[in-house]
Amino acid sequence: MPVIGVLALQGNVREHVQALEAAGATARPVRRLPEIEAADGLVIPGGESTTLWRLADAFELLDPIRKLIAGGMPAFGSCAGMIMLADRLLDGAGGQRTFGGIDMTVRRNAFGRQVDSFERQVTLDVGSGEPFPAVFIRAPWVEQAGPGVVVLGTDGGRIIAVRQCALLATAFHPELTPDRRVHELFVSIVKGTS
Amino acid sequence: MSADNDAMAMTHGGTAQGGTAQEGTARTGTARVKRGMAEMLKGGVIMDVVTPEQAKIAEDAGAVAVMALERVPADIRAQGGVARMSDPDMIDSIIGAVSIPVMAKCRIGHFAEAQVLQAIGVDYIDESEVLTPADEAHHVDKWAFTVPFVCGATNLGEALRRIAEGAAMIRSKGEAGTGNVVEATRHMRSLAQGIRRLAGLPPEELFTAAKELQAPYDLVAEVARAGKLPVVLFTAGGIATPADAAMMMQLGAEGVFVGSGIFKSGDPARRAAAIVKATTFHDDPDVVAKVSRGLGEAMVGINIDTLPDSQHYAGRGW
Repeated sequence: MPVIGVLALQGNVREHVQALEAAGATARPVRRLPEIEAADGLVIPGGESTTLWRLADAFELLDPIRKLIAGGMPAFGSCAGMIMLADRLLDGAGGQRTFGGIDMTVRRNAFGRQVDSFERQVTLDVGSGEPFPAVFIRAPWVEQAGPGVVVLGTDGGRIIAVRQCALLATAFHPELTPDRRVHELFVSIVKGTS
Repeated sequence: MSADNDAMAMTHGGTAQGGTAQEGTARTGTARVKRGMAEMLKGGVIMDVVTPEQAKIAEDAGAVAVMALERVPADIRAQGGVARMSDPDMIDSIIGAVSIPVMAKCRIGHFAEAQVLQAIGVDYIDESEVLTPADEAHHVDKWAFTVPFVCGATNLGEALRRIAEGAAMIRSKGEAGTGNVVEATRHMRSLAQGIRRLAGLPPEELFTAAKELQAPYDLVAEVARAGKLPVVLFTAGGIATPADAAMMMQLGAEGVFVGSGIFKSGDPARRAAAIVKATTFHDDPDVVAKVSRGLGEAMVGINIDTLPDSQHYAGRGW
């Protein structure tokens, strides 16, 4: 069974751990570099992306994680995690950096403030193709995706789910709903079967 | 997680708040969207700020959100008078200064202040005992709003009453503006004890437990089953040092509000960043020790047993 680390600097770590366990992986929170390096895959949870960036930077994790991802470590990010996996960022805080890995431009808080946050059934090219319950919270969207990026879903014409090789990202929070298809896809990516 | 969702459906199913989304229709202000916002703040620090410059310092220090208000609790204590919702211009200026979520406070029961705050576009409303209560019997009906609310609680029954009213996040009350964590400690321990007690009760005893807690049975049963509140629990009230934050996290808080403790200290930027780091690494004393060095003066603080009863904010709300 693969061991997947959930980056536990800030954000909704517990829900991702539970979702990964339900999807057939061993999951644990990780916040020190040896713990991260020992994992077969890394999930970057929802949270505040500026806080994730500053803490990763302060604890000297930013460049090591960037190198692990560039070196092929499978990673999945939801919401703030999607921002952290973007090669290019719009509407970030001054100087905000990401881990990168996916050839895409992500716009932070693109769907608006909390009063605009919403849930909606969306069509995702994941698993059975049944409508997926998607929760968007001050969510980003993908403004532009490079040629190597597979778009897995859109909402109102905006790209909200992508995959590039072993990297997966969603603008919404599959960890907040009981549908496990996105986490199952990531577990199969980590296992090397998808 | 499925237990949480089942429980949420049980508590609020059949209302517009918690059902399953219809395909294609975007639904704002659902329980899942409101509670989910608080989930994203977990492990983070929310800081009181009174100017755009302070908001910027908080954001640069790694705050997950800021609380925009005209006076920090320590100044409300010092200056007295009726404490109200902040001027919308002042809140707007803070919204314009930072890219992280902005919260603001309304008075307990003052639904019109809450309506104003929602209209301005704040990301969370704190129905707060730090302001002067506007209603001696009723809190705001928080289900009626799209914007989510956080409310203070001193014990489990109070927390569940607020959740029943629609609070999407709970924090300890502590004793705001004192720089003294003793009340926050009491409230965090009381909440944890209440939850542990429910988790150990047989089903037939939950009915009487609900009566004793003065809380809805469905929520009591949900807590007993899950072993936790159905919403995120933060701590607040008197947190002034990195070690205070680490202690509260170890007592079961999922994140920290810091009110007067940062901008009433000698070196706010440095202290703010230190509290953020100590919150993340709350279980690592080496990190907490490292970030605690050289922070300059902490806020002076007040011994709570010297406060007259009328100055005990934690007793406001019911």
